[in-house]
Amino acid sequence: MKILTCPVNGPRNITEFVWGGEVKAMPDAAASDDAWTGYLFLETNLAGEIDEWWLHAPTNTWFIARRNTVTDTVLETMTVDAYFARRSGSAT
Amino acid sequence: MPFALLKYGLAKEHPEDPHFRWAPELKSTYDVVVIGAGGHGLAIAYYLAARHGITNVCVLDKGWLAGGNTARNTTIIRANYLTPEGVKFYKESVDLWRGLSNQLDINMMYSERGHFTLAHTDAAMRTARWRAEVNKHLGVKSEVIDADEVKRLCPTINISDDVRYPVLGALYHPPGAIARHDAVAWGYAKEAIKRGVEVHTQTGVNKILIENGRAVGVETNRGTIRAGKIVQAVAGSSSEVARMAGFLLPIRTIPLQACVSEPVKPILDQIIVSGSLHVYISQSARGEMVMGGATDPYGLYSTRSTLDFKESLMAHMLELFPFMGELKVLRQWAGMADMTPDFSPVMGLTPVQNYYIDAGWGTWGFKATPVCGARMAECIVDDRQPELLKPFALDRFRTFDLVGEKGAASVGH
Repeated sequence: MKILTCPVNGPRNITEFVWGGEVKAMPDAAASDDAWTGYLFLETNLAGEIDEWWLHAPTNTWFIARRNTVTDTVLETMTVDAYFARRSGSAT
Repeated sequence: MPFALLKYGLAKEHPEDPHFRWAPELKSTYDVVVIGAGGHGLAIAYYLAARHGITNVCVLDKGWLAGGNTARNTTIIRANYLTPEGVKFYKESVDLWRGLSNQLDINMMYSERGHFTLAHTDAAMRTARWRAEVNKHLGVKSEVIDADEVKRLCPTINISDDVRYPVLGALYHPPGAIARHDAVAWGYAKEAIKRGVEVHTQTGVNKILIENGRAVGVETNRGTIRAGKIVQAVAGSSSEVARMAGFLLPIRTIPLQACVSEPVKPILDQIIVSGSLHVYISQSARGEMVMGGATDPYGLYSTRSTLDFKESLMAHMLELFPFMGELKVLRQWAGMADMTPDFSPVMGLTPVQNYYIDAGWGTWGFKATPVCGARMAECIVDDRQPELLKPFALDRFRTFDLVGEKGAASVGH
């Protein structure tokens, strides 16, 4: 059975988790309809390394995983705070 | 046909034409380039040639003929969908399937078995009734039957109350059928090639050439081709190919696994599906039990097999068919399914001129092969969305006209 490591609860069976899809930037509230429909429906769906949302269902913990969608290997998991702190850090 | 058979039987020699005459070299220009030599791509090429007289067509594939999802499905054909848009579309497909062996002069082993969508809850019975009424209204044979009738029509099924999810009844769809998946692709390829279409396998597309918002050609690993029009029919790689053309799709790629048992004598004549249990089963002409389950729980570009799939499938399968406990699994595989948010395909025009798409086939692509080929060919020739494909336009996600096909794959999602 495949094991996924939750950054809060540690390694757990994959059946305890729910996949949340790729991390996307939400458009501004005043953005165009096109920008919003794009955000809702369009997917990058990259064959390669992506950042994505996962939920550890029993503890209701959302976190971020970096995963390769071709080899099915999880490269890293981190809390949402750590992820966005790193993103804003690298942006400046 | 019987006369030809008699002549063949009496003849001393039986020379046979090769099925496929491969074109050795790529030409520099084609009227239409089809990316993807699976059932859909080949059907599009065939109908372009046979119905519209457009024969300067080439079909490109990075792998081999029909080696993708055409070789990786469970070959179930049916029209008992839920939305009127879906039912109309698949009804036309079933009508085409019925004449296909004759039309393509190849034995597709098209075999009508009757398709049962089992219901284990009152809610599932209500949905079955809803689907039956929509189907009947549009001229598709479907009816709701109770558990005893299920047992009468399919004697090998277990309808005992002594299981976790007893069978309450089913949506019974007599035209439900299976076919030989490879023969479908071979038939379309053979007849398309006979009419002048070229099929180039081992030819991957690396880039789509766009000039002033128009698709004008493709760059392959064997050189550059100019094209009047380009269509992509690459289930599983749809997002990657569309990205080359410069747009995103509402698609996530998720593996769908299936397996077959060792071959045994005929014991199951029907196609049995249970949306609540996430299982479906039919017996192939070779005697193998062809079984499938739900899609994997997360996106992946891989056709690997997993143990979880077998475990969850068999747990329920053994309740329905206890005799399955005696059978060994012979082969297991996965196909990469293009899942759209409304469980409906994406067909027709795209934001790029002269570039057409046939994607979003999730877990329902094989049964649509003929109708999709015929209507996509029409779409390419007229450069406009045919009436039957209007609900499935890519544009529906911008205008919120989603189709919401909950009867899509009977396995539920």
